[in-house]
Amino acid sequence: MLSINNLHASVDDKPILHGIDLEVKAGEVHAIMGPNGSGKSTFANVLAGREQYRVTQGEVRYQGQDLLAMTAEDRARAGVFLAFQYPVEIPGVSNIYFLKAALNAIRRYRGLDELDAMDFIALVKKKVGMVKMDEALLYRAVNEGFSGGEKKRNEILQMMVLEPALSILDETDSGLDIDALKTVADGVNQLRSDERAFIVVTHYQRQLNYILPDRVHVLNNGRIVKSGGPELALELEERGYVWLNELAAGAA
Amino acid sequence: MAVVNRHINTLIEQEYQAGFITDVEADCVPPGLDEQIIRQISARKHERGFMLDWRLRAYRHWQTMQVPQWSSVHYPPIDYQSIVYYSAPKSRTKGPGNLSEVDPKLLETYKKLGIPLEEQEALAGVAVDAVFDSVSVATTFKDKLAQHGVLFCSFSEAVREHPELVQMYLGSVVPPTDNFYASLNAAVFSDGSFVYVPKGVRCPMELSTYFRINASNTGQFERTLIIADEGSYVSYLEGCTAPMRDENQLHAAVVELIAHKDAQIKYSTVQNWYPGDEQGRGGIYNFVTKRGACRGTNARISWTQVETGSAITWKYPSVILEGDNSIGEFYSVALTNNHQQADTGTKMIHIGKNTRSTIISKGISARQGQNAYRGLVKILKSAEGARNYTQCDSLLMGDHCGAHTFPYIEVKNNTARVEHEATTSRIGEDQLFYCRQRGLSDEDAVTLIVNGFCKQVLNELPMEFAVEAQKLLGVSLEGAIG
Repeated sequence: MLSINNLHASVDDKPILHGIDLEVKAGEVHAIMGPNGSGKSTFANVLAGREQYRVTQGEVRYQGQDLLAMTAEDRARAGVFLAFQYPVEIPGVSNIYFLKAALNAIRRYRGLDELDAMDFIALVKKKVGMVKMDEALLYRAVNEGFSGGEKKRNEILQMMVLEPALSILDETDSGLDIDALKTVADGVNQLRSDERAFIVVTHYQRQLNYILPDRVHVLNNGRIVKSGGPELALELEERGYVWLNELAAGAA
Repeated sequence: MAVVNRHINTLIEQEYQAGFITDVEADCVPPGLDEQIIRQISARKHERGFMLDWRLRAYRHWQTMQVPQWSSVHYPPIDYQSIVYYSAPKSRTKGPGNLSEVDPKLLETYKKLGIPLEEQEALAGVAVDAVFDSVSVATTFKDKLAQHGVLFCSFSEAVREHPELVQMYLGSVVPPTDNFYASLNAAVFSDGSFVYVPKGVRCPMELSTYFRINASNTGQFERTLIIADEGSYVSYLEGCTAPMRDENQLHAAVVELIAHKDAQIKYSTVQNWYPGDEQGRGGIYNFVTKRGACRGTNARISWTQVETGSAITWKYPSVILEGDNSIGEFYSVALTNNHQQADTGTKMIHIGKNTRSTIISKGISARQGQNAYRGLVKILKSAEGARNYTQCDSLLMGDHCGAHTFPYIEVKNNTARVEHEATTSRIGEDQLFYCRQRGLSDEDAVTLIVNGFCKQVLNELPMEFAVEAQKLLGVSLEGAIG
């Protein structure tokens, strides 16, 4: 589904990613772990197409297409979803209206009919229950005055409604209590299927207690320095990220 | 940022869509202004003597006045002797009795603007008075309104048919000596709309006027007078367009509203005069005096305006709150793109006890657009228990535009409560990226964010016009970030 080859990227002319290679197949969940400043968020944003993150080298293929040549909105319409680390507020725009506009933009791109209001509301109400979000939040402005946990639940709600082929979760677990953490995991686990893939970017192993990854990759200084199965996450939890520096020193 | 700018600049090249010219023969007076011209205008309109006297008084006063310099708008001096003060489509010599007597070319123009008069008559249930250059072209739905006793006609017709009402109210809210442009209007105004809603009548439909400036070098000086008698209700909407021309054209209108005891007037404007091109050439100078008086207890006047057009907008729809418990409201969206300038706001004059006013102003500036809110809240000694709430929000798009807020507050009664809130924000790349990551295009994202910002005001517009205003905001801003 996703094939990344020697990806380099800069922010404000400062190189952050120094050659990332990664293969993600449909049906897989990959975890990207690493210390602060290792390039995790840059990686997530580059895949989503944020312009401030400039790709300087490398190639990314998504479902056979050149992902880097696509605009951010076309990537979204083609099924790439980013759950934001810091979801923004959009005053005056109701959450449910925003969600409907997004879903219909994506459906139009795929040549599907737009959902009418009744069908859409029925769909959203079902999904709201699944993420245990207060229905009243649907009628408030997008993320305005939402608590940290409510914002993250709202991201997962959007993911559940838009049903992307590739979901990238950018530290969705940060700042969440255990219940919210489980809700995020429930969302991912319900969507998990042979046709979908997930990239879960996280600092801590605890999220991976609830979302069992197929592969775990450790990012340090803009490179994947180690890959393994779920047990790698536990090892990191135990030994900390300082261990990576020793690893890097050993490799050099 | 550079990438985003480029992205957005490509979107800007949306052209003004109402910029066509209609080729109709016009009956004009020669350019320039003197008593002779005023006599000619009055004669062509077959006016009664009181109107001519009134015009001449205004003209003589106007000659003693100076061009106001206090606003923050900038423009070269206007040569008042080069303007044509009266232009009427030639095909008709007296007022049209019904639509079949109207020049088909004019009807075609209104169709291009999306206002098919016949269709509106049949379908929309909106009564339309259309003003083309200087004269009123057609008034629809007259018969139905007449059944309810509602008078809705061109100003000229009102002067001829209802002189007692015109004499009683004309200039009673905006005197002919009020200010430079209002005096000029009083001297030369050529037409406009007149509405009278009798006691206890709820006007059965929205009333609407479309103004269009067509002839070149022509000023448009229309005058609107709306009277809501005791316990009545009327909702009125005006829309405005003009062709694209390189020279600037002057539009100096006057609107007077009178709400008696327990009456309510809702006045909505969607102003889309030609704004000039990207370099700031051409466009309408929109210098307008709009004022309402709440004459009786519990009277209520609401102004709602969406101002997206004009090279310069200079207007302060105001309410004089004379009656106890009367209410004044001002809801405004002013958008300035390219080289447009807007200096707009309101005056709320509290005289009666427990009078209340609400001011919600949303300014949007893009590219080099300059946007000023200027408002006066004045609470006189008699206004026991008066309350005002003012909220001014500015949204900036790009680094070269400006937003300015000039609130004036004068309070002479210490039981009054006056609140003022102001915010300035910028459309963030974060917001845009968030929308795009959910599949929305740039244009849709900007429109969504701007409409969200304006929601409080758009909610005040009648439903079908709110939809029109939303589209207009989107079109006016296409590509405007950067």
